[in-house]
Amino acid sequence: MSVAEPDFPSSWKKPPFIKSPLLRWSIIIGSAIYLALAFGTMDVDWARAAEGLPRGKRFLTAFFPPNFSDNLGVMWDGIFESIWMAIISTVAGIALSIPIGLGAAKNLAPNWVYLTCRSIIGGSRTFPEIILAIFAVKLFGFGPFAGFVALSIGTIGFYAKLLAEDIENINPSQAEAIKATGSSWTQWINYAIQPQVMPRMIGLSVYRLDINFRESAVVGIVGGGGIGATLNTAFERYEFDTAAAILLIIIGIVMVLEYTSGYLRKWVQ
Amino acid sequence: MPLIEMPDGPVWKRRTTKETLIRWFVWLIALAIIAYAWKGISDKTIWFFVQDAPRQAADIGSRMIPPKFSYMSRLWAPVWDTLNIATLGTVIALVIAVPVAFAAAHNTTPHPIVRSIAIFIIVSSRSVNSLIWALMLVFIFGPGVLAGTIAIGLRSVGFCAKLLYEGIEEIDLTQVEAIEATGATKAQQMVFGIVPQVLPTFAGIGVFRWDINIRESTILGLVGAGGIGLELSGSINTLAWTQVSMILLVILSTVIVSEWVSAKVRGAII
Repeated sequence: MSVAEPDFPSSWKKPPFIKSPLLRWSIIIGSAIYLALAFGTMDVDWARAAEGLPRGKRFLTAFFPPNFSDNLGVMWDGIFESIWMAIISTVAGIALSIPIGLGAAKNLAPNWVYLTCRSIIGGSRTFPEIILAIFAVKLFGFGPFAGFVALSIGTIGFYAKLLAEDIENINPSQAEAIKATGSSWTQWINYAIQPQVMPRMIGLSVYRLDINFRESAVVGIVGGGGIGATLNTAFERYEFDTAAAILLIIIGIVMVLEYTSGYLRKWVQ
Repeated sequence: MPLIEMPDGPVWKRRTTKETLIRWFVWLIALAIIAYAWKGISDKTIWFFVQDAPRQAADIGSRMIPPKFSYMSRLWAPVWDTLNIATLGTVIALVIAVPVAFAAAHNTTPHPIVRSIAIFIIVSSRSVNSLIWALMLVFIFGPGVLAGTIAIGLRSVGFCAKLLYEGIEEIDLTQVEAIEATGATKAQQMVFGIVPQVLPTFAGIGVFRWDINIRESTILGLVGAGGIGLELSGSINTLAWTQVSMILLVILSTVIVSEWVSAKVRGAII
């Protein structure tokens, strides 16, 4: 007895992720060409890189055990400097962000204020904190003040943007209700806008404190003070065990901050 | 929001007296911390230099204008290097992030111990800034693009794996169950049930991180890890300010272009 061919297809193939075959193949071929070009021009000294493995091994063994005791005083100094820097730059950055954020919200500000504030935000968001820090160090000299200025400017770009977006998304009926009572502009901001955006903004400020601490660990590499400066010195003096200790401390503080900020944000919202 | 009875009728207040007191107390503590932190900073600041800053800013500003456009001919190679660092770094990160993410997601992890190891990898990669990764890798591999690429890769693993495993945890289990009901093995369930659901997330994460990596790779050169940052620190160290402003313009346009590309691609995927 012979089995008739069924009318429906008896085999199935997984449909491709990108449906159009032309687009799919041009992406595949394009990436292949790009990879070939990239590897071709990467100018890697492979002999030097091959030395990397034994070097890396020596490097790692120099890391262990981390040396917490020899430079304890310097390390504490650096950590506290970073913490102070993170706190002050968060506070100053947020204080500056509030007027800028209010001005950058389309439903509050007239057009020319809106455009000015948006361009301030755009400007401070473009460059990484490290580049800001290089210029701050040129202007204000070495030390935590330069780092503070750089991180504050970075905070404006982050915080004012999110604040403005949050204000644009508020519930307009509440704002209207307060306005209908005959409130002044400051009362209106204080009783209609502020309570609506406050919970999220508190969460974001804790998050920004977290970011500023992380960044304060690197602005020191270009002379902006903080634990980054201590870390850089440790590397330059080939004191890898101290560097390992500093890295572990940074990881520890960042983890603590991340958990607290996550917890606080859940609690506030 | 209490009404307080006064001799001449009730008065509306926003908070009760107790709430007001608590708020004042919290503000007091916050101000004390801020004042103390400020003292810590200002003790280590040389105020003479800070007062001098406006003059310095005017001076540097005047030296930076006009940007030296002819310098551009020497910048194409570093820009290309920067793009390669970002792109290849993202590729490395995605390759490592996939197994880590599957090990870290609740619904795909083989064992709780494996999960905690994966979470540890994610956290430690995220806590160390790419500049610090680069600083260490320059010691191992020598200065150059390779150290930068690996630094970007290692730094991005945590970010990509975290977003990816959150995506895996949010998949629709009924689809996996349907595949299982056909008699598929675990591996087949993975390929036909889970992967198609997370593939768009995966592509979105890759592009998103690529955009961030472009920004980060512009500065890696400061510690010797290749790219345009190398030119930047060289120009700053030789006080060639017209070159510095040119480099800043190039970084600015690279960042804007990469942001535009990533927004377009993500718009097409999601």
